[in-house]
Amino acid sequence: MKFHISKRDALPWQKSLFVHVVAILLAVGLIAVLCMTLTGQDPLSVFESIFSGAFGTTRRSWVTLQELSIMLIIALALTPAFKMQFWNIGGEGQVLIGSLTAASCMITLGDKLPNAAVIIIMIIASIAAGAFWGFVPALFKALWNTNETLSTLMMNYIATQLVAFFTIVWEVPKGSGKIGIINSDTMAGWLPQIVNQHFLPIVVALLCTASLFVYLKYTKHGYEITVVGESQNTARYVGIKVEKVVIRTMLLSGGMCGLAGLLLTGGINHTVTTTIAGGMGFTAVMVSWLAKFNPITMVFTSLLIVFMDRGASEVATSCGLNESFSDIMTGIILFFIIGCEFFIRYKINRTKKSGKEA
Amino acid sequence: MSEKTTAVSLRDIKKTFGPVVANENVTLDIYKGEILSLLGENGSGKTTLMNMLSGIYHPDEGQIFINGEAVSIRSPHDAFNLGIGMVHQHFKLIDVMTAAENIILGLEGKLNLKEAKVRINEICDKYGFEVDLDKKIYDMSVSEKQTVEIVKVLYRGAQILILDEPTAVLTPQETEKLFAVMRNMKSDGKTIIIITHKLHEVEAISDRVAILRKGAFVGELETAKTNAQEMTDMMVGRSVSLNIDRPEPVNPTERIKVEGLSVRDQDGVYKLKDVSFTARSGEILGIAGISGCGQKELLEAIAGLQRVETGSVSYIAPDGSVEELIGKNPRDIAELGVSLSFVPEDRLGMGLVGNMDLADNMMLRSFRHGKSRFFTDRKAPRKLAKTVVKELKVSTPSIETPVRRLSGGNVQKVLVGREIASSPTVLMTAYAVRGLDINSSYTIYDLINQQKKNGVAVIFVGEDLDVLLELSDRILVLCGGEVSGIIDGRTADKQTVGMMMTKKGGEA
Repeated sequence: MKFHISKRDALPWQKSLFVHVVAILLAVGLIAVLCMTLTGQDPLSVFESIFSGAFGTTRRSWVTLQELSIMLIIALALTPAFKMQFWNIGGEGQVLIGSLTAASCMITLGDKLPNAAVIIIMIIASIAAGAFWGFVPALFKALWNTNETLSTLMMNYIATQLVAFFTIVWEVPKGSGKIGIINSDTMAGWLPQIVNQHFLPIVVALLCTASLFVYLKYTKHGYEITVVGESQNTARYVGIKVEKVVIRTMLLSGGMCGLAGLLLTGGINHTVTTTIAGGMGFTAVMVSWLAKFNPITMVFTSLLIVFMDRGASEVATSCGLNESFSDIMTGIILFFIIGCEFFIRYKINRTKKSGKEA
Repeated sequence: MSEKTTAVSLRDIKKTFGPVVANENVTLDIYKGEILSLLGENGSGKTTLMNMLSGIYHPDEGQIFINGEAVSIRSPHDAFNLGIGMVHQHFKLIDVMTAAENIILGLEGKLNLKEAKVRINEICDKYGFEVDLDKKIYDMSVSEKQTVEIVKVLYRGAQILILDEPTAVLTPQETEKLFAVMRNMKSDGKTIIIITHKLHEVEAISDRVAILRKGAFVGELETAKTNAQEMTDMMVGRSVSLNIDRPEPVNPTERIKVEGLSVRDQDGVYKLKDVSFTARSGEILGIAGISGCGQKELLEAIAGLQRVETGSVSYIAPDGSVEELIGKNPRDIAELGVSLSFVPEDRLGMGLVGNMDLADNMMLRSFRHGKSRFFTDRKAPRKLAKTVVKELKVSTPSIETPVRRLSGGNVQKVLVGREIASSPTVLMTAYAVRGLDINSSYTIYDLINQQKKNGVAVIFVGEDLDVLLELSDRILVLCGGEVSGIIDGRTADKQTVGMMMTKKGGEA
């Protein structure tokens, strides 16, 4: 029996959803088998651990939602750039530089200005810093057509090294190699707590989702981004200044990443470390792609990733496996989700044996 | 027919791409030592069918026989082993290698360039090819590249040659040369299948014609016993008039005046040199030339998309005021009423966005207008899309369909429809009917003539000389970026234009 593969027309969304659900079920099944063979526990208790890791207690639920928000903001930030086919993989660096800027405001201005002024300066400064980190690769692209994947990636290292440098400058206590909680006594520059400390990022993420959805879909800027992304020749032909759009969009992309950095330092951790973004700048690339650049879908893709990540680390602990096991689980899920795209785009036909009898 | 041996038999071939049926129930015999023309409108499945012979696609159903044997052709390699070679529309050569290196590329066995060259030369002498084996591909003209492609398949021992629109890129003289070579190959017993749109070529070269319509085989004719009208009717499925209108220009006044225009590319090579001409309202100025002789640069310079070295382009508005276009950006020029409908080789590369739907594509020109500064207005473009679909008979499932899903002719209608909608005073079209079938081509000619009657100055860059000669009031011939001459379209003949295309001034 032979097979051949042919492209299919757009699949109705119900079927496409079905394929995705099957893919996730298969992934979960494989994870269960893996857990059983490794630990001998029954699969149900494994899934219980996953769920309890993410939503087991009220506090866990809040933390999951908070992580979801940060992931979502970063993924949203990358989206306009991706739609423009500008491969911004410098989200990590843009978040970090936002964090570092927020921390520096807290440290240097915390005891000099009233708290409200510090916070306003922090907001402006971190967004501007992130935007600048996006602006540099965009400018290079516009002026000399440099490859943005490389330049945005390299900007990540610069940001990491800067954070490492200032960690030594501002370390508390001297020689500890870390900054520690900034202004733990005065709480100067700490973003205000609404409801609880996890709530602010959630609100910001929801606002970002809605505005980005409108921005991309209904505004002239959004339209220009799509045209530039689809065909730069067409854009020039209708008089869109491609360089201007590239720079403007990267300012937005970087600025939103800077905002995520601000929330991480000013609202959640109250410190800055080289790993504060925790690879979310890269994971967000996947989140954005999985959602096919649709801001609303992105809420669900980031939920899936964050849920799996938190659940998996719980499984790892309860089953006595180490941290890497959660990466393996996330990997399995992603493998199936991305793999199922193949079945959405192509179909497999069984060819009748074309023998010589015809 | 009893004395003929069948080289290729196709039986009930079917091929689908998703919901699109590219070929269905194609049953066709091709005999040894004949030249068969494969004729059909765009999207009628000619190339798909031939790709199945050359191993690029595999039929969903049906059976192929080569020399009476049932075969399954799973790759181009299989095809070569069966003696089938295809010369594609887009050449598949490696630019930095020489002709000889390209010809032997990918063959198994020990590499012996010297021995190979002797064999290649034998082939060239036998059929009358002229090719410099040590010349690099990037130094070659289109016709030379094509020769290399043909020699390449012959070197691999092809007995059955498939040529996909080989004449689309050639001058009349080069086409004659190609046909001479094809006749030599035929008398040597090779089977040749040629895909073409041009009916006079079918009549000139082929023994038989097979006609496809919407993927299905509709009939075969002996070339000697048929004529252009009958072939067209079979191809389209109903009777079509083959005359292009040429109304007299009404009150022509100067609209675009180009003086001493020179353009250089990034490497400093002149693409246009000291080009001067005027385009008048109510008149079609045809531009002829071998492709790549500065046509693209000329139109782009007028539209503000091309950096200009020296020279001026003046736009004389209907009210008599004069504006210099050089130095203005494309947006300002477009708002003056100078409209460029450009169809580059990859149709959707400029002018339209393939993944956007019809309505959004209508918006490309006008999205900056509208009440709000920040938000787009989608009502007007939707209305325009509906009008264009209705008036130009665009066949599309809806105006929400991405334009890349439309066929070539419909894409072109959408583009031209949008450009005309802004009621331009100057309409420039480049290769407006490239790759379009007869039916769609005539719709486009009608649209262009309609604009001419409305007093628009039309600049029409074309490649089919027959059409240029029938449509244009005046013809400007470009040769290597220079104006070879401007002649009257009503009195010019094909030979003269052909000569002017290859040599400045046209004298042999």
